[in-house]
Amino acid sequence: MKPAPFEYAAPRSLDEAVGALAGGGGDAKVLAGGQSLIPMLALRLARPTLLVDINRLPGLDGIREASGMLEIGALVRQRALERWAVSRSPLFAEVLRHVAHPPIRNRGTVVGNVVHADPASELPAVLLCLEGVVVARGPRGERMIPADRFYRAPLTTALGPDELATAVRFTLPPAGAGWGFAEVSRRHGDFALVGAVAVLARDGNGTLGPARLAFFGAGGTPVRATAAEQALTGQAPTPERIREAARAAAAGLSPDGDIHATAAYRRRVAATLAERTLTAALGRCGGPR
Amino acid sequence: MTHSIRVTVNGQEHARAVEPRQTLADFLREDLDLTGTHVGCEHGVCGACTVLLDDEPVRACLMLAVQADGHRITTIEGVAPADGGLHPIQEAFWARHGLQCGYCTPGIVMSTCAFLRERPQPSREEIREMLAGHLCRCTGYHFIVEAIEAAARALAPPPPRRP
Repeated sequence: MKPAPFEYAAPRSLDEAVGALAGGGGDAKVLAGGQSLIPMLALRLARPTLLVDINRLPGLDGIREASGMLEIGALVRQRALERWAVSRSPLFAEVLRHVAHPPIRNRGTVVGNVVHADPASELPAVLLCLEGVVVARGPRGERMIPADRFYRAPLTTALGPDELATAVRFTLPPAGAGWGFAEVSRRHGDFALVGAVAVLARDGNGTLGPARLAFFGAGGTPVRATAAEQALTGQAPTPERIREAARAAAAGLSPDGDIHATAAYRRRVAATLAERTLTAALGRCGGPR
Repeated sequence: MTHSIRVTVNGQEHARAVEPRQTLADFLREDLDLTGTHVGCEHGVCGACTVLLDDEPVRACLMLAVQADGHRITTIEGVAPADGGLHPIQEAFWARHGLQCGYCTPGIVMSTCAFLRERPQPSREEIREMLAGHLCRCTGYHFIVEAIEAAARALAPPPPRRP
């Protein structure tokens, strides 16, 4: 057996789960899909004393779309959202197809992926781009953590050790908006070397409404390209302006170099992907989102 | 401390006590002697341990045995018909040289079972995308793709007869 020994609890209610986490003294971990946690246990990168398995909690497996928000409960598998998205959200269908492989997506949860906070993972950048929130339940009750204050460092978030993320909420692109998503990886389903996601909308005057662009695999956390967004918002979307904004966005990144790619390569690819995703988003304005 | 679980594996129910840190892959191999489920990387990358959990493919190394309580599992031992023949997918891998050492094959066959159920007439591109979740270091994948195409044809319902 590869993981170090741990205690196992399978609570039947949210209060019981939060109580078990609080009783773990900071050494308890939540087990949902387990697709990131169990490898870390096997490699002994994580040695929790207690696993709180939330798979038997009721009411956490819902996908709800209401008033421009998409709420995903903590037990919604990535595959379930992918299937849901096929007929309802081309953006999410495209993103989910790039998250690992079907056997991983069948177990891995959307919320688990978001809170695991791997900087090269797709969904955290999508949450940031779509100005989402993480719904956290702890001993002191429930709180909403906006995506731009959630990610702190690789695998490190604002979620407390005694808090359980019960859902994430994405703000869906408004009617008339277009989206773009692209990543470069060694093989389909691998973590991205670099990736980008963009949402654009035209206003009535031939200029752009609020523009949104976020990168993954380009630093210690997902990164939102605020300066580039501001440079585009309210402007006429010419190819030159988009290229310039994409270059500026990539220049503002501080990617790491590693065995897979140098920092300079990641920055260069980021500029290309930013341009592609912004251009794709512009072309999709008015289409399905 | 151990936990009692009941699982149905290849149609047969088993009741066992397991340590929480035991993976489903180790449980199948060591407790149930079903060694057809292979373990390669043991952290979810290689796909060799893929089994069906309630008919959907999952990595048996990325699930704890205790989590399988109350679920239905199909391993490579449960794919072939009881009369000793081969399943059409296994038949296609055999006929098209879709394996060499065979270590990765059980996992690929399990994924293929679910994949062809969902996409009975897949494109080569779709087959390759599905295979990205499985490492094979012998074949170079070409014959595996051909085997899956052949399996899809074998599993397709016969064309309607012309009057």
